[in-house]
Amino acid sequence: MTELLILVAIVVAVIAIGQVVRIFELANKIKGIKESDITDKDNDTQGKLLLTFGILFMASFFIMTAKWNHLLLPVSASEHGVDIDFLMSISMGLIIVVFLITQPVLFYLSYRYRGRKDRTASFISHNDKVEIIWTAVPAIVLTVLIVYGLQTWSNIMDRSDLKDAVVIEVYGQQFNWTVRYAGEDNNLGASNVRFVGGINTVGVVSESAYTKQTADIEKNIANTKIQIAEELNANKRVKKEARLAKMEAKKNTLSSLISRTPKDLIAAAEDDIVVKELHLPVNKSIQLKFRSQDVIHSAYMPHFRVQMNCVPGMNTDFVFKPTITTEEMRIETGNEAFEYVLLCNKICGAAHYNMQLKVIVESEEDYNNWLSEQTVFAASNN
Amino acid sequence: MSEHGHHEENFFSKYVFSTDHKMIAKQFLLTGMTMGVIAMIMSVLFRIQLANPGEPNALFEFLLGDWAEGGVMDPNMYLALVTIHGTLMVFFVLTAGLSGTFSNLLIPLQIGAVDMASGFLNALSYWFFFISSVIMLISLGIETGPASGGWTIYPPLSALPQAMPGSGLGMTLWLISMTLFVTSSLLGGLNYVVTILNLRTEGLSMTRLPLTMWAFFITAILGILSFPVLVSAVLLLIFDRSFGTSFYLSDIMIQGEVLSNVGGSPILYEHLFWFLGHPEVYIVILPALGITSEIISTNSRKPIFGYRAMVGSIMGIAFLSFIVWAHHMFITGMSPFLGSVFTFTTLLIAIPSAVKAFNYITTLWKGNLQFTPAMLFSIGLVSTFITGGLTGIILGDSALDINVHDTYFVVGHFHIVMGLSAIFGMLAGVYHWFPKMYGRMMNKKLGYAHFWLTIVSAYGTFFPMHYLGLAGLPRRYYSNSAFPMFDGLQDINQIVTVCAILGAAAQFIFLYNFFYSIFRGEESVQNPWKSNTLEWTTPVARIHGNWPGEIPSVYRWPYDYSKPGADQDFIPQNVPLKDGEEEH
Repeated sequence: MTELLILVAIVVAVIAIGQVVRIFELANKIKGIKESDITDKDNDTQGKLLLTFGILFMASFFIMTAKWNHLLLPVSASEHGVDIDFLMSISMGLIIVVFLITQPVLFYLSYRYRGRKDRTASFISHNDKVEIIWTAVPAIVLTVLIVYGLQTWSNIMDRSDLKDAVVIEVYGQQFNWTVRYAGEDNNLGASNVRFVGGINTVGVVSESAYTKQTADIEKNIANTKIQIAEELNANKRVKKEARLAKMEAKKNTLSSLISRTPKDLIAAAEDDIVVKELHLPVNKSIQLKFRSQDVIHSAYMPHFRVQMNCVPGMNTDFVFKPTITTEEMRIETGNEAFEYVLLCNKICGAAHYNMQLKVIVESEEDYNNWLSEQTVFAASNN
Repeated sequence: MSEHGHHEENFFSKYVFSTDHKMIAKQFLLTGMTMGVIAMIMSVLFRIQLANPGEPNALFEFLLGDWAEGGVMDPNMYLALVTIHGTLMVFFVLTAGLSGTFSNLLIPLQIGAVDMASGFLNALSYWFFFISSVIMLISLGIETGPASGGWTIYPPLSALPQAMPGSGLGMTLWLISMTLFVTSSLLGGLNYVVTILNLRTEGLSMTRLPLTMWAFFITAILGILSFPVLVSAVLLLIFDRSFGTSFYLSDIMIQGEVLSNVGGSPILYEHLFWFLGHPEVYIVILPALGITSEIISTNSRKPIFGYRAMVGSIMGIAFLSFIVWAHHMFITGMSPFLGSVFTFTTLLIAIPSAVKAFNYITTLWKGNLQFTPAMLFSIGLVSTFITGGLTGIILGDSALDINVHDTYFVVGHFHIVMGLSAIFGMLAGVYHWFPKMYGRMMNKKLGYAHFWLTIVSAYGTFFPMHYLGLAGLPRRYYSNSAFPMFDGLQDINQIVTVCAILGAAAQFIFLYNFFYSIFRGEESVQNPWKSNTLEWTTPVARIHGNWPGEIPSVYRWPYDYSKPGADQDFIPQNVPLKDGEEEH
């Protein structure tokens, strides 16, 4: 009933506005004013409105900034993030200055030169000198900005000195994240999506995984063979035979993969640690390596100024150094419950909005303690 | 020359299957407007979801049926809405609805031709667009839903029906629709280029062309060179989806099953898509900029400041637009060196854009400004072009993009340049050339009301998004309540939604004005805006062949407004030079 009344109210309002407009039109007709006539009064009103809008627009910018500044991200929790934030301040400062000059000029000139029947415009068609100036000045300013920006980018992307970096893998899938640590050898073992199954959620390629998964498949093969022998219904038997073929194929895939993968990488995988939380030691260089199981995801850690797509079939990575522990950030933000987080930032399906990974930055000692309590991959296969 | 050959016209040949460029322009406009209203309603729906995430809503239940059980919007439907909203707005409204309408309407009229080089190809261009629109709309009604992987439809999400329901039949229909759409654009673009090069009337050299013509000409070339690459991206995607190829797919496990595809890369798709995707946004904005040049100049009673610089900047923007595409891909994991190259080229493109903005502002200076609704929207375009263009400088800087890529900062940026600037150009064009299309005037007061409500609510919708983005809020999120870090942003989200609803409501003033004026608007005079360009020398009642007698010849450039020594404050292009008068 309410909806109907609202609809009726809207229709009546539209008709009412239409009638009011009609009255204005008729009044104009009587006065001999055409729709294409823009009267001095029209220009005066609109000119003043433009000036008012310009002023209010600038004021609203200051108000929004003042009101919402505290909602922006806190201080950078990574080393390179400090450089990014500085570059951002300079760049924002620059564009804000240009904004605060050009917009008022635009709206002021619109007001100042609002039309009057007794005025004439000036026939000024061009000025080559001024064109050169306002081409060269932006070009110079932008060049400086580019050079500075590219230096920052090169430093961030510099992978020449990784020998001390802690290597950690972040594995994305619809709709969660898994983390794999490289273990004692600081060497992330081989992995392949075809090894994903059961306990082996990220497809680690190792002897223990191969043994366990092959054994499981052989058990299933044996069971299915028995079922096939006992199956009387021809259709169902055909289906079971198809399943059997798939299992055999899977077994072959795994064995072919294990024989093709470098032995050292297979061995390196045994001490990997697969968990659901990302712990990071503060002030150490971290190399996050990303993989995706199904579609493109993006590992976004806004507090660290880190973002990198996770692309199926491709290895991507990001190197950074966290500088503020979770505890310290809680004090910094005045928020007892603060947690660092890793979000998905590339549309990946229905639950894209809720792909979370808790990130904890702690002292190296706490980090090592936590790591030593986790189950090593080889052990999890027993 | 103008007796187009008497032929019997029936309803169908005059209004439906017309080959007359003026009718085809109106067809593009009406179809574009329809798609725009649909896309706008979608945006209101998903903004309501964002303001009150997970809250049951009677409107959802009414409009979305099974996709909103208990009145709560399904997350897949949310993603479908944002996908189709983007697709409709970028392609169907701002490309076909903007270029299609005004290129068709104005090119023959402003260059002094009886019609396009090929009226038949022109009609075909519209009908491909129409069929494309129908297919896209049909995809909204199927059971598994329309395409939902974002308007950019990156694989593997868009390649695998198992990844999301919308990637099933809905995605197939999207791909078919877009292939037909590109066909339409190419047919149109070829026609525009050929017509402008070959059918200009006597005396109309390229340097005497109105800036609108330059803009449409360069835009058409941009489209011809870049749209086919989208087709190649789409074709390879169709192959991966339906013929077992692995252009974009490799090492994937989905829904527990390992796929057999090996060797492909989704990044290939991104390169192919954005090779069109970036020029596409300039295909959207350049016509709007060209229209603005005309409207600002006419209504300032002053020449456009810096005609040659304006032409040069259109060319500069067009050329540079081909070499900036990977600024959409900075954090895909592509080589950082590539990132540097594209940062460099992207920041360069700011220079010709800045030149245009300065020239518009200087045209206003010492003018005698006539504030028609079209003029107001053109001034609004300059304001929003500056705002949106400036934030582009942040996004184009790869180091800064790391933390704002795919956040609301990007959403704010592209809506201000496309959803505000380009749409304002389209609206300005409609207000300004309505008398030429329908022989009647739109209501001025309603136009003023429409402008003011729109610019206030539109800035109110999209400006706050920059703050949301700097706070780290990702785009394409069904709900912002899953992460505590975004709880403090809910107030801003609600303001955005309220402004969006107001903005959407304001457009109905325009729609009412538009349709009412077609039938009951005040009859127009021949040259209501006292403009110099040739379209205003045609009779008010439109005729085939445009001019009843000889096509006028051109003796001057289009910007002799308030020229010293003239009787009036404008001298149309077809008026010969007086004795002793110098051509500008």
